[in-house]
Amino acid sequence: MAKRKAPEVNAGSMADIAFLLLIFFLVTTTIETDSGINRKLPPMEDQIDPPIIREKNIFTVVVNKNNQLLVEESLTDIKELRGLAVDFLDNGGGSGEEACDYCQGERDPRSSDNPDKAIISLKNDRETEYKVYIAVQNELVAAYNELRNREFSRLNPNLGISYVEADLIYSDPRTSSDDKASLKEKLDVVKQLYPQKLSEAEPSKVN
Amino acid sequence: MAKFNKKKSGDLPAISTASLPDIVFMLLFFFMVATVMRDSTLMVQNTLPAADQVQKLDKKDRVIYIYAGKPSSRYVDTYGTQARIQLNDKFGSVEEVGAFVLAERAAKREELQNVLTTALKVDSDTKMGIISDIKQELRKVNALKLNYTTRVGDYTQNFN
Repeated sequence: MAKRKAPEVNAGSMADIAFLLLIFFLVTTTIETDSGINRKLPPMEDQIDPPIIREKNIFTVVVNKNNQLLVEESLTDIKELRGLAVDFLDNGGGSGEEACDYCQGERDPRSSDNPDKAIISLKNDRETEYKVYIAVQNELVAAYNELRNREFSRLNPNLGISYVEADLIYSDPRTSSDDKASLKEKLDVVKQLYPQKLSEAEPSKVN
Repeated sequence: MAKFNKKKSGDLPAISTASLPDIVFMLLFFFMVATVMRDSTLMVQNTLPAADQVQKLDKKDRVIYIYAGKPSSRYVDTYGTQARIQLNDKFGSVEEVGAFVLAERAAKREELQNVLTTALKVDSDTKMGIISDIKQELRKVNALKLNYTTRVGDYTQNFN
């Protein structure tokens, strides 16, 4: 068969296709944002009158220079940290005014009275590795988030989202201000139930 | 059968290049949008640790970045292998952190000066000593909002 000349391709619509692709990418691409664990440092002014805290309301976590974890004076694997922290925060061992009616813990009189009193104390060595420190911070935040998620779903069963998801929607700039206001109310209630009380001691040189 | 008489020449017609500018512009725009501007070149190793309980760090104009870690390979000869702090595009000492944060804060718009966050981008193998020093310096200048920038992942990735 004789070789045919290929017909010229009409390039007129090429620009349209290009713009279509351009708009597609413009819409779908999100500029990468950093994410991380937010923390608030304590102000420099020393408290003149440090509050008296009972030993049982403090949950001590120590990370030594060999990256070993000491939780309440016993050597612990990091996998258990989250569970232990949840148990401590959710214990609700107080009675009378200090009772905690929403806690689902064991109500052990030797552990914390209520989540408002419970303080997690984190101490690390100068030789501790940063990644281990972040892992510990992550697990402690996870413990708080776990409890807050539970309370959030209990208080707002019709929303169908967890505390963390609600917080994400709240901090999203695309959320309308009406939604934000209603979410903030709900988030604040849960924050009040499980306030994040995480105290960090200044690191020791020798441990 | 004159109808089916075809030219015997085998050469292909030239491909139209009229749309080439469009394609180039498309690529240009795409990269313009997708590129994250980094205002300082990294002089330290910066493998961030993994964490999954993270919050997003939106609004880049409200963030002051402090990098720390071991100097990257081409600076090892000059600066050694001890972990260093990088402020903007030069190495700084712990004492300079406070002044750096104050200078950065002063450069921001007035309405943002009270809502600034300091993002610590620290290499995962760094020892906590230098980070504690930075934190103390930040407390001194009352820059209390802190963000440990991490990559998103399970914490067990930090242990290997």
